[in-house]
Amino acid sequence: MIWQAQAPLQNSCNRKHTRVGAALAFLLALAFTGCEREQRRFSEIAPLSGRPQPQANTELRPGMPGAPGAGAQSKTTVPAPYGENGWAISEGKRLYTWFNCIGCHANGGGGMGPPLMDDKWIYGSDPESIHASILQGRPNGMPAFGGKLADQQVWQLVAYVRALGGFARKDLRPGRNDDMAVRSSEQAMKSRTAESAGSALPEREQPR
Amino acid sequence: MRSVLDPAGPQAAHIAALWWWMFWIFSTVFVLVIAALLVGIFRARARDDAVMTSPSVALQPTRERRIGWTVAACVGLTIVVLIIFLAANVITGHRLALLAADNAVTIQLTGYRWWWKVRYPDPVPARQVTTANEIHIPIGRPVLINTDSQDVIHSFWVPSLHGKRDLVPGNPSAIWIQADRPGRFEGQCAEFCGLQHAHMRLLVIAESEENYQAWLEAQRQAARAPSDPLAQRGLHVFETGPCALCHSVRGTEASGQVAPDLTHFASRATIAAGTLPNSPGHLAAWIVDPQHIKPGNAMPSNSLSPEDLQALLAYLGGLK
Repeated sequence: MIWQAQAPLQNSCNRKHTRVGAALAFLLALAFTGCEREQRRFSEIAPLSGRPQPQANTELRPGMPGAPGAGAQSKTTVPAPYGENGWAISEGKRLYTWFNCIGCHANGGGGMGPPLMDDKWIYGSDPESIHASILQGRPNGMPAFGGKLADQQVWQLVAYVRALGGFARKDLRPGRNDDMAVRSSEQAMKSRTAESAGSALPEREQPR
Repeated sequence: MRSVLDPAGPQAAHIAALWWWMFWIFSTVFVLVIAALLVGIFRARARDDAVMTSPSVALQPTRERRIGWTVAACVGLTIVVLIIFLAANVITGHRLALLAADNAVTIQLTGYRWWWKVRYPDPVPARQVTTANEIHIPIGRPVLINTDSQDVIHSFWVPSLHGKRDLVPGNPSAIWIQADRPGRFEGQCAEFCGLQHAHMRLLVIAESEENYQAWLEAQRQAARAPSDPLAQRGLHVFETGPCALCHSVRGTEASGQVAPDLTHFASRATIAAGTLPNSPGHLAAWIVDPQHIKPGNAMPSNSLSPEDLQALLAYLGGLK
């Protein structure tokens, strides 16, 4: 009623309302992205990892005339949600200890096995390459886990290993350690772009 | 049986006695308060009629004083009752602490999301027994349960045997229980621990000393090698498939340490910490899609071929 009596004031009030509305819409949008980030996909179809997929670690391919990108077709496709999902990354962190990745790679710093936090990726740092390394094993000690892990678990591990390497968005990485802290949390670690990592494979563009 | 009012041992009996004390005293207080209220209502009604006829109500010093004394007496009585409870509580705790502890059975209980790991330690490592979600105890003997948790805070509670004891990660604790009659006493996690808190039950089976020793001896044995071809294939599936990475069956290659030990799986009454009865049908559903039955638990869904699944069921069903 006061607004009706005082026209200029009404104008400023309306503007204020619009601003509040915009802020609310922004918060709501944020909330929705949050849902996506934390969504827990328990019942995802998890086929046995089964036979390891053949994986190319070099650009050299057997004769496929006139098809420059043809080799890429054979790669397993990454279920995008895992790298973009905070829950999957934290599950990967749990499995990383459970399945004794720690035994060789320590908490990412490496030991008997190569470190996972540095710039060097002997067999590639893209999700498909890490997936293949876990399933097929690698020379000098990395065992093959193909057929031993549900595929969902493998992708969760891939998501976590990439987070260790600094490839995951900061707000997705685990913020603290459940056990005794032997190093800072993943969230506090340096972010890395695909270009800065020395990799055997040319990196694909990472989804953001 | 799952009730505090059905005690099966000395600890629970003391707690039940305290409960009945509280019940009778509070009942008396309740009856007295209601009686005073009714008397007040009816007397005020009778007086109201009188007040209507005489328009002035004067202050009566004697009446005011009487009211003051009554209120003071009630407050004093409340304090006395509270002190009685405090004393009863201390006495109960003292009696529980004084219970005999010699010739005790020691059990290591570890909480996981969402199941219980039960270990019977032995000086000889090969004679240790590891099982899950089921505690066997001999009757008439005190049992020391050392507790710990692997992830979050859980709480051990078997109402017929004792009160609750929290399982705090990194903070080992202990609780003494004793059953004086044979029976199956249900327990339940009593501290909210996540999605499947309600499906984190356990079973305490109290039995005679001979039965208990026989059970313990049977549990010490490694798993029997399967004899028929179907179960042998099941063992192969178990060892080479995804099961062995988390579960262990003593006497085979499977030695995962992060999930329930399945060495004598078929001797247990339930699967998934009291979620389902242990029958082949339920087990098949559990293996193929545990995330549907208990969403969020650590076991992933497994897609096995029907033949492999049947073989696995035959093998697990034979792990007596």
